[in-house]
Amino acid sequence: MDFTFISGQLFTGLSVGSILLLAALGLALSFGLMRVINMAHGEFLMVGGYLTYLAAQWAGPTLGDAWLWAAFPLAFLGAALLGAVMEFTVIRRLYGRPLDTLLATFGISLILQQAARQLFGSTGVPVTAPAWLGGALQLGDVTLPFVRLFVIALALIVLGGMWWLLNRSRFGMHVRAVNQNREMAAALGVNTRSLDLLVFALGAGVAGVAGVGLALIAPVNPTVGAAYIVNAFLVVVVGGVGSVLGGAVAAVLLGFVTALAEGFTSVSLAQAILLVLIVAFLQWKPRGLIPTKSRALEEA
Amino acid sequence: MSKLRSVCTTTLSLVLAAASSASAQGAVKVGILHSLTGTMAISEITVANAAQLAIDEINAAGGVMGRKIVVVKEDGASDWPTFATKAEKLLTQDKVATVFGGWTSASRKSMLPVFEKNGGLLFYPVQFEGNECSPNIIYTGAQPNQQALPALEWALSKGYKKIFLLGSDYVYPRTANLILKKHITAKKATLSGEEYVALGGTEFSSVINKIKAAKPDVIINTLNGDSNVSFFKQYQAAGYKASTLPVISFSIAEQEAQAIGTGLLNGQYATWNYFQSLPNPANRKFVAAYQKKYGKDAAITDPMAHAYMDVYLWKAAVEKAKSFDPMAVRKAIVGISMDSPLGKITVAPNGSLTQAVYTGVSGAGGQFKVVAQSKGVVKPEPYDTLAFPGKTCP
Repeated sequence: MDFTFISGQLFTGLSVGSILLLAALGLALSFGLMRVINMAHGEFLMVGGYLTYLAAQWAGPTLGDAWLWAAFPLAFLGAALLGAVMEFTVIRRLYGRPLDTLLATFGISLILQQAARQLFGSTGVPVTAPAWLGGALQLGDVTLPFVRLFVIALALIVLGGMWWLLNRSRFGMHVRAVNQNREMAAALGVNTRSLDLLVFALGAGVAGVAGVGLALIAPVNPTVGAAYIVNAFLVVVVGGVGSVLGGAVAAVLLGFVTALAEGFTSVSLAQAILLVLIVAFLQWKPRGLIPTKSRALEEA
Repeated sequence: MSKLRSVCTTTLSLVLAAASSASAQGAVKVGILHSLTGTMAISEITVANAAQLAIDEINAAGGVMGRKIVVVKEDGASDWPTFATKAEKLLTQDKVATVFGGWTSASRKSMLPVFEKNGGLLFYPVQFEGNECSPNIIYTGAQPNQQALPALEWALSKGYKKIFLLGSDYVYPRTANLILKKHITAKKATLSGEEYVALGGTEFSSVINKIKAAKPDVIINTLNGDSNVSFFKQYQAAGYKASTLPVISFSIAEQEAQAIGTGLLNGQYATWNYFQSLPNPANRKFVAAYQKKYGKDAAITDPMAHAYMDVYLWKAAVEKAKSFDPMAVRKAIVGISMDSPLGKITVAPNGSLTQAVYTGVSGAGGQFKVVAQSKGVVKPEPYDTLAFPGKTCP
């Protein structure tokens, strides 16, 4: 265990944390604020990944390496549209029935995975990061790949954007109002129905953007979303359901714990260590790191 | 009038009975049992296609001992207990003469007792960890001494002395690496590290950090499936390439190479008994026939070539035994030899293949160019003498 290795692992922690955060931020909206247990959330990531592939295919020949910038709006809008359709057709009918939502969204996730398989084949599609993301920053002996730094920056930008939207915009005020007391907010003139639709679509869109980041370092295939869904839920629960800031702290913390566990033991053991620590932590703080005060939570 | 009707009915039923008995006599049923859905479908659908192609060819040429082959296709659904259930159904309900199927060791291990109990015969086309020997299974994929050990020998011959073992966390990589470690020690090479990542794992930062700290000469990679995509993306991002730190893989064939993206895999190695680029005439014919049926860009892999050849092996054994009885076929198959897409193969007494081993380097279009091959064919050894001393096939 020399200094280089430990610095490398610290960067790993940050990098893993940023990926956890990206996967969890959209979930912080749908699960955190709306209490919808959306098992198909991972498939929004997957859709983002496939749209990244399509952006590379369509925009690559004309835009060159700049295709990546076309991928973000495409992935955001594509996933958000899918989220809106899902909310309008299924989720809307199931508010307040968490178990039914869980089953229905699990079914939807299977349908979406199979749809991806039919459209793109089960092998997955290759996405290669643009050449300008190919290099790495060399700090002494520690290598910081540009693509990892890019994903960390992406997580920070999405986090910042979401924080601003929820805490500084009128839309965010409505969201927080509905989260704290739906009836009162409705009585004061907030259209809760369309707000539900917007929040859910926004969560899906954020997941789509996360899918772009993932496509640069992970495979794009029908089951990639499923690989991230459990960790995303862990981040939201450890952070404190409904708290975006808590989610951010939790993601970075889980990233560091993972990196340390992987560094000092073996990679295969680390996941088990992480789960044991999370169980212990939730015994101690069942509401997570930064619990939100809301009537809905007290009722639950 | 009623007499006429009864004559008609009798004649009709006689004709029907004759027809049905003729069809029972005329066709022989075989099973194809692969994951057509779920996570393994990515690999197994094309293997099922290859077996089907061989059956179609044999039927077009007049069948086996004058009888057409009828396929009963079942889906193992990437779920190991389902493989056992479907195998039982094929053997007891459909009464198939043999089954072609399986990919993961878990699926094979769940089918094994079913085949032994019902006296069935399974042709298993995929490389595996050895350490198993059932009289009811014909193991045609590579045994460890036909893939893992030749790869190690090759690495050592190239002067790569410090070896890092990276694999998915399940039975095949763990057992293969157990064997490799024994041979690394015996050959006085260095094991510079060993890591396992959960099946389907996508995060390799820590692994790459450990590799960086260990400074190996070469990585022997037994990762399965999509994890390879993540690994090679992150390996390249960390500044590695084939010329600075080569990777020899056992589960990346032409199909996987296409999905990983050939830019990521350029110059990396794989060891198999078959590559699509093998120049022998039987292979050229197989590749042309497969691509004619399944698309001109279809990639063809080692397990597919094995599955295709398995059907021809079974046909040859049936004709030698002059019987479809599974145990008669099992007895007759020993010693059968043929020129297959893999080159010359022979069935050894333990039911595995004597076959050549190739190491290829990945190049354009996901194709591998052979850079090394075994001296002649290699006899199958299900039990490694160093890792499992004293154990042999019955």
